[in-house]
Amino acid sequence: MVAVLAGARVRERRLALGLRQAAVARAVGVSAAYLNLIEHDRRRVGGVLLDRLAGVLGVPPAVLAEGGEAALIDALRAAAASDEGAGAEVARGEELLSRFPGWARLVAAQAARIERLDRAVGLLNDRLGQDPHLSAALHEVLSAVASVRSTAAILVETPDIEPEWRARFLANVHEDSERLAAAAEALVRYLDAGEGEAGLAGDPLAEVEAWLAARGWHLPELEPGGAGVAAVEIGRLAGSAARSMAASLAAELAAEAAAMPAAAFDAAAEGYGRDPLRLAQHFAVPVLAAMRRLALRPGAVEGLLVCDGAGAVLFRKPVAGFPLPRGAGGGCPLWPVYAALARPGQPVAALAELPGPLPRRHALRAFCEARHPAGFGGPEVRRAAMLIAPALPPGPLPADAGPVVAVGPVCRICPREACPARREPSILAEAGTGIGF
Amino acid sequence: MVERPGRPGRHVLLIEDEANIAEAIRFVLMRDGWRVSVHAAGAGALEALRQAAPDLVILDVMLPGRSGFDILGDLRADPATARLPVLMLTAKGQPRDREAAGRAGADQFLAKPFANADLLAAVRALAPA
Repeated sequence: MVAVLAGARVRERRLALGLRQAAVARAVGVSAAYLNLIEHDRRRVGGVLLDRLAGVLGVPPAVLAEGGEAALIDALRAAAASDEGAGAEVARGEELLSRFPGWARLVAAQAARIERLDRAVGLLNDRLGQDPHLSAALHEVLSAVASVRSTAAILVETPDIEPEWRARFLANVHEDSERLAAAAEALVRYLDAGEGEAGLAGDPLAEVEAWLAARGWHLPELEPGGAGVAAVEIGRLAGSAARSMAASLAAELAAEAAAMPAAAFDAAAEGYGRDPLRLAQHFAVPVLAAMRRLALRPGAVEGLLVCDGAGAVLFRKPVAGFPLPRGAGGGCPLWPVYAALARPGQPVAALAELPGPLPRRHALRAFCEARHPAGFGGPEVRRAAMLIAPALPPGPLPADAGPVVAVGPVCRICPREACPARREPSILAEAGTGIGF
Repeated sequence: MVERPGRPGRHVLLIEDEANIAEAIRFVLMRDGWRVSVHAAGAGALEALRQAAPDLVILDVMLPGRSGFDILGDLRADPATARLPVLMLTAKGQPRDREAAGRAGADQFLAKPFANADLLAAVRALAPA
């Protein structure tokens, strides 16, 4: 079997069985440290080890592996959607993965890299066109060059120039040369200082999320008794926008950690079935704060999507097998987070089923908060969050599971052709599929 | 330098805030027989134009107080100056900037840094017959 990222499912199953990490590691013949790397998706697992883990955890190996493959298939579909002219055989993506897993991973990785580079280029173009400092610096350089050019030409091409004009123009050339040198130096300094901002993904949100992911989605220094916000290594972030976002986030997380101390929160979460509404009431905090605490506490397995009133993504913590949108592009319109945006203050839950050879089911819980920061005369500002539980094991659902809602990843790569909420054709759809109301 | 008076129909109003560029342009045009008046800001440019009553305007885009595009818009909106020849100068030389100048009502467009010969050619082309 192809080695896959199965960490979240391994960890969830182990925790559900109440097994200690060291015990499971011993049982499958690896060190606890290595199992920890697997559970945090820093090592792929396949073959004999996957079989042993599945055996210890009491599930078929495919249950642990399926989400990883499904995520890769989604990535291949997204790659095909990004360049339809290439004519990729989208319907045969699973076959590509099965027969040539290395090539499939390469295609997915390169498509993701192209997307990051495209964003970086777009940001650089925007910067050249709209950065007031860069625009002013370039104008200064061009103005000085224009003066030097015209004046130098006059001096060279006018042999009979009057002495007083010659003297004035020589002084002007000298003055503009100094000005040009200063403007060029300032431009170089400015570009050097901003070099990191266009690097990496060129996307401060993605940069912050990558930084958090590398920290295991938890900043222990922000817990009560920890070193505090000042100890958070925000300086590792390349872009100033990312550093600013991370600093704001760290301050908010510190406040949430103080209001919801880890031990008390874990106990309450256990008692309340990880219900963010009840946790918010218990700790007298906003519901979205409780949701974020659930997703970012030590060992959390839940994913989290936060968006603003326009549906633009503000924060993403992924969970295996559930693709999350980037930037302003929305996810599936049927996700409960968008229904929650229309009903601030009302919880919206759904047992969502994503399409696939083995449909994946995730419990989703969404909530929208509305604020009025400018008072009665000001606008209402809405923000919604959606907690995403790891995929449920395949098989019959519990009797009290509630109805299953068929959702998709994003319309462009969703195979549900007849979905009434479709907003654009899928690359997987037959020709002529309409987008009806 | 003895400044030669311009010939009739050869009065240019130069609206340019960069003093050294203005001096170079003034020298080049005066050598070619033009009388050159200079106004060094966007603010007050229309009043200066009404007082000077030039035959042709050279108008920079980036001006303190008011942009060259705004001034050009007012020129074109006034029947008295709607047909006054205007040469726009700008540090942005992309085709879209040239098109923008044309849409705003400029008769000619010259990107900085320009060759003196090109400036002279553009002004001569706009000279009233």
